[in-house]
Amino acid sequence: MSEPVAAGKRRSLFARLNLRERIRDRDQAVYGVLLLVALVFPWADYFVTGSTSDVSKAAHAGTWVLLAIGLNVVVGFAGLLDLGYAAFFAIGAYTYALFASAQLASSPLHHQYHIPFWIMIFVGMLVAASFGAILGFPTLRLRGDYLAIVTLGFGEIVPQLSFNLSQWTGGINAIGGIDQPWLPFWITGPWAGANSIATIQNFTCRVSWSQQLFPCYAFSFDPVAYYVLIVILIIGAVILVSNLYRSRIGRAWMAIREDEVAAAAMGINTVTTKLLAFSIGASFSGFAGAYYGASIGLVSPDSFFFVVSITVLVMVVLGGMGNISGVIVGALVIYYILYSFLPAMPPFVENLANNLGLSSLDHVNGNWPGLASATQRLNFLIFGLILVLVMLLRPQGLFPSRVREQELKHAAVQEEETVVEQAQAV
Amino acid sequence: MSQQPPKAEAKPDNILELTHLTKRFGGLVAVDDVSLNIKRGEVFALIGPNGAGKTTLFNNVTGLFTPTSGRVVFDGRDITGSRPHEVAKLGIARTFQNIRLFDFMTSLDNVRVGRHVRMKANLFDSLFKLPRERQEEERVTKEAMDLLRFVGIQKQAHQYARNLPYGQQRRLEIARALATDPKLLLLDEPAAGFTPQEKVELMQLVKKILTRGVTVFLIEHDMKVVMGISGRIVVLDHGEKIAEGPPEEVRNDVRVIEAYLGKSA
Repeated sequence: MSEPVAAGKRRSLFARLNLRERIRDRDQAVYGVLLLVALVFPWADYFVTGSTSDVSKAAHAGTWVLLAIGLNVVVGFAGLLDLGYAAFFAIGAYTYALFASAQLASSPLHHQYHIPFWIMIFVGMLVAASFGAILGFPTLRLRGDYLAIVTLGFGEIVPQLSFNLSQWTGGINAIGGIDQPWLPFWITGPWAGANSIATIQNFTCRVSWSQQLFPCYAFSFDPVAYYVLIVILIIGAVILVSNLYRSRIGRAWMAIREDEVAAAAMGINTVTTKLLAFSIGASFSGFAGAYYGASIGLVSPDSFFFVVSITVLVMVVLGGMGNISGVIVGALVIYYILYSFLPAMPPFVENLANNLGLSSLDHVNGNWPGLASATQRLNFLIFGLILVLVMLLRPQGLFPSRVREQELKHAAVQEEETVVEQAQAV
Repeated sequence: MSQQPPKAEAKPDNILELTHLTKRFGGLVAVDDVSLNIKRGEVFALIGPNGAGKTTLFNNVTGLFTPTSGRVVFDGRDITGSRPHEVAKLGIARTFQNIRLFDFMTSLDNVRVGRHVRMKANLFDSLFKLPRERQEEERVTKEAMDLLRFVGIQKQAHQYARNLPYGQQRRLEIARALATDPKLLLLDEPAAGFTPQEKVELMQLVKKILTRGVTVFLIEHDMKVVMGISGRIVVLDHGEKIAEGPPEEVRNDVRVIEAYLGKSA
């Protein structure tokens, strides 16, 4: 009797995924491709190159993706220019490093802590968020440019502090021997790829009590495990941030970005809303920092200079401010250029010259430093040119944010006829 | 904000009372000792030549400016010097003389931003998209669509605000203001730049707004609109109140004619 219900029941799981519509929505298509690439990449890389060094690079790139997702909340959603983003990254990394290494044994505390990764990563997040709130509270009343200057200053202060508070942070000697992260065994087991078969029998965790709770897998130096971990963290971050984006808070951020006076007149408390954006951005940075400390195993002040803040900002702008999927692509592209493309340039140019029979260019000759080092010197010029070119071709970024038709679909259903009219009008 | 429950009886007749309101900018007195009362449910118009201080007065009411002296009492509560978002939460919404929409947000989102202050979802609800947050979003989306329909631009719901034609932008601003559930709506020159036809539609819209139980306080230059819809009028010149009363009375007031046309020699 009730045919529609029966039809509804018959809709398969596949049909409910709405694949066709999702592909048509550009953002979802980008997410889909990213996810697919993320899943296939380790295997493909292993079969093609026979090593997992690229996977290790990809895991490192993931840190930058996390950073870019977080900065996008501050810059892209709320329109606040934060030039000291690396400071929160440092705070997260040091928080993890201090409480998950032997470092504090040589500090005035004389006791070392080894708090598990999954606790510390959230502690790092909270600590960074609190610093964001402390910094933001007095400064967010100021207009944009002043905020940029204050954050710039903060971004310089934090690495300097980590240099100078050497009693605690080890200063220039950095903090080494940081505990590795771990994943529950059930996640690591079947995925762990190339090196896993050998190491997988080695179920040890540095923290003995957690070993009793969950059988877990010590990372040692398996890049695939780090890769799986960062992909999980990124997926979590993307889900949380896009939820926020599509909530009243996300709309309030955008309203402030568009017109602060009008936003206030609509009942939005601009100071606390901006503070929230700033703290959430900082918390992602702290989160990424804790992961970074755990994955590199070494935290030193010079990994948190101004360049880091600017690089993340470039990733956000180039990817498409305000659009999460765009920002991820932006981060990956910039990472690739900085860490793979540019380093590969000098040998590539050298080879090219050899093949063209111009090998004389390769040698040092008077003022000529040799082709390879000449290219090396031009690295940042090339980087700059690439950036200029991309911004000329796509001034809004690679994947700028667009009208959010997708989430409005349920509202659109009742308005379907009007949408059709509109389409006809166009 | 928790509401005091037995307030219903104690509701004052005047929804807005300005007493001796003065705003100085350095040596310039933009609003000079203005007192006026707006009754619940009426359309009250504020007119005056350019630079008379009309918008400044609005800004003092909505918290964008803090009055130099005098008091602003809204619905029996002193709101002098409150911040804009607090004022909005208490129930005063406004539109702007030069339209201030959120340009790169859709019409629907503009209205939903207006709803922000009446929504309850907190950070945790939003982060994890808890069921109650979803329900609230759905409800708010529906309410926002209703408001767009109310002002007659539901077809433009998914367009960027800045892509709307001028008249629709004005309407959208009204819809956005209404979304905050105001008791008092401040319209700053809502008919500016309108065709006669659009002005008629605007007057109809204002009348419709009144039926929602919203008091309207408007600044307007167009005398046809002012005379057509407002119950009482206050005339401001050089920051001073020079006349007050029903439209016919004000129209024939000597000082008002002087203010607009200059003194006859």
